[in-house]
Amino acid sequence: MRPLKTLQKLYDEESQVVITEKGSPPRALFSGENFLLEDLPVGTRVIFPRPPLAGVPNVKAAIRWAINHPEGMEPLHALLRPGMRLTCVIDDISVPLPPMATPDVRQSILEVVLELCADSGVDDIHLIIANALHRRMTEGEMRRMVGQKIFDAYYPERYYNHDAEDPDGITELERSPCGSHVVAVNRRVAESDLTVYVNVNFVPMNGGHKSMGTGLANYASLRAHHNPQTIRGSESYMEPKKSELYRRNERIGKAIDKHLKVFHIESVLNNRMFGPATDFLHKREEDYTEGDRLKFHAMRYALSKVPRAAARTILNSVPAPYDVTGVFAGATEPTHQKILEKSWQQYVVPVQGQSDIVIFPIPFISPYSVNSILNPLLVQVMGLGYFFNLNRGVPLVKKGGVIILTHPAFDEFDPVQHPSYIEFFNRVLPETRDAVEIERKYEREFAENPSYVHLYRKGNAYHGVHPLYMWYWGENGRQHAGKVIVAGAENNHVPALLGWDRTDTLTEAIEEARGFMGRSASISLLRIAPTVMVDVK
Amino acid sequence: MPAKAAFYDVDGTLVKTNVVHVYAYYAMNRGSLLGIAGRTLATAASAPLFAAMDAVNRKKFNEFFYRYYAGLSEDRLISIAEDMFEDVLKPALYEQTRDLIDQARRAGCRIVLVTGALDFSMRPLVRHLGADDLIANKMQFVGGKATGKVIPPIIEGANKANAIRSYCVREGLALDQCHGYSDSSSDYAMLAVVGRPTAVNPDMRLRSIARAYNWPILDLK
Repeated sequence: MRPLKTLQKLYDEESQVVITEKGSPPRALFSGENFLLEDLPVGTRVIFPRPPLAGVPNVKAAIRWAINHPEGMEPLHALLRPGMRLTCVIDDISVPLPPMATPDVRQSILEVVLELCADSGVDDIHLIIANALHRRMTEGEMRRMVGQKIFDAYYPERYYNHDAEDPDGITELERSPCGSHVVAVNRRVAESDLTVYVNVNFVPMNGGHKSMGTGLANYASLRAHHNPQTIRGSESYMEPKKSELYRRNERIGKAIDKHLKVFHIESVLNNRMFGPATDFLHKREEDYTEGDRLKFHAMRYALSKVPRAAARTILNSVPAPYDVTGVFAGATEPTHQKILEKSWQQYVVPVQGQSDIVIFPIPFISPYSVNSILNPLLVQVMGLGYFFNLNRGVPLVKKGGVIILTHPAFDEFDPVQHPSYIEFFNRVLPETRDAVEIERKYEREFAENPSYVHLYRKGNAYHGVHPLYMWYWGENGRQHAGKVIVAGAENNHVPALLGWDRTDTLTEAIEEARGFMGRSASISLLRIAPTVMVDVK
Repeated sequence: MPAKAAFYDVDGTLVKTNVVHVYAYYAMNRGSLLGIAGRTLATAASAPLFAAMDAVNRKKFNEFFYRYYAGLSEDRLISIAEDMFEDVLKPALYEQTRDLIDQARRAGCRIVLVTGALDFSMRPLVRHLGADDLIANKMQFVGGKATGKVIPPIIEGANKANAIRSYCVREGLALDQCHGYSDSSSDYAMLAVVGRPTAVNPDMRLRSIARAYNWPILDLK
């Protein structure tokens, strides 16, 4: 017989929230390139993602409808005129995660838009990837994103990555006298008669004013919001009303809208991250069939037996069969508002109250490690940056509470994609973890280092300043949590450098957290992936 | 921000050539048919010896090699340097060399080339790249003719590091803020002495050193 308290909880909360009982099955949790299978203490609240929403029946029809019935703007065909200069700006590979099974929704949007342009006599078209200070996408990645036909027609002269460090490739639209407020965008975009922004909304912080204000900016412009003060002022990145980051992006975005004509096409996906082979990961463990359990154990065993690099390659090579659940187009704000509603509908699970201890399983991938390694700084940004912020303004963990991350926290870096991360981790973090001090003392040096600039411009490396941004990104989580424990860390020095504790197992981590918060501490597990957000009442 | 510089090795780092290519050009422009034939054949025949010596000891190689310049007149060497730059060095510049140097200049670095080549042969390159300074070997001239001896200390290996250190002291630069770029493990000292070393088109040994010390690796090829 269940105790009354548990029964009450079961009725109070919806089916995405499960309270662990004696007979509850162990939970399958991501831990880097493998999984943990962990029994959680009785009473632990497990928050599961919502099931994937149904996709639109015909993606191209939805795109056509959106561009013919835009929000707050004329239809796209009415904005086109023969001989005009048009630039399509495209979200980069950092979304969605894992990458979408082909055809990517960006390809579908571009096919519709470019066909319409051809019919309207618009020939002067460039396709620019809005990678801001992210790494340049490789030729293969660019081909996959837009399809062979568009790639052949536009690459490399008219389909390329934005270069935030090209002195001749940036136009400043506004600059305050002191230089602290700069609005700069890609020159080709600034000189275009019309810009069409092709967006994929993976989480609510994507899209809207952030698209143009961040994706096509340079370092001088990004400094206005990529800094510790902005992050400390953001209660959640995912809730515009509670996000200083959003507000600052909005100011820049409005300035861009004042100077340039931008037609946004935003698309939103469901959270179908896993295909038939691993679709059990969408389910609650209570609902696993014998087949699901067999598949899970086989996968876990196989991943444990292959070298980590091979496991990473295997996991990175499986695309996600996302469905497009909505396409909206038009002016920045009304379009994005529609997208946000769809996004929250898919992700948000209401929960009653915060917890003393929260467990975040860290998977093998982040927006900054597609086809690469989830290095320690990225583990930090996943836990304290993104997962901590997966809420609508009230964090799942109480102020001063404990965050537990499950990840091996290996000391591995990709020198091709993350060269400046290596220096930051080994030279800066041993000296200080204070984000404000790091910004003051090191930001300019990393941003201007000619070797890192060169690797960003000519190679496939993240900009020199990017590791500092990753550190800032975890700032509100770091300020909020009383302690962070990484369960399953395979070494001592990585957690120590990040300012965390480590334990061998999740059980030990929970014990340590209870020692810190008290024996009656409440525990929640955010069962990611797929993506889930909480609305804490 | 303290004043800083970016120090670049030249051969193999910014250009595809090395000192032998430069000398070969001089040999082939000796001024008389007999001279051209003699020096060209001697250079070609000595190529395996040069390679072996360079691999064993760069300092000895430089001392030995520069003897080949003995007897050439100073004004001829300087005038041929211009043609040599146009014919040999300019086509051999890596495509991204100028970008790399421009980025350092935008970061507020003084641009200094550090090379074991002879200064007169590098002047046109310095001018072309807009470099601020050159640290290079200087040939000894007596009566307007090259003696084949280089004025010590020979700029190579550890001496490059000494030259860079002295340069920073003289010019008031912060050594720990300076950048160093080289392709060869023989320049390990030069890279180790600056605060921000980078391996460019590194040989296998330098690549492993760079990996071990977490230095960035660039590929200009």
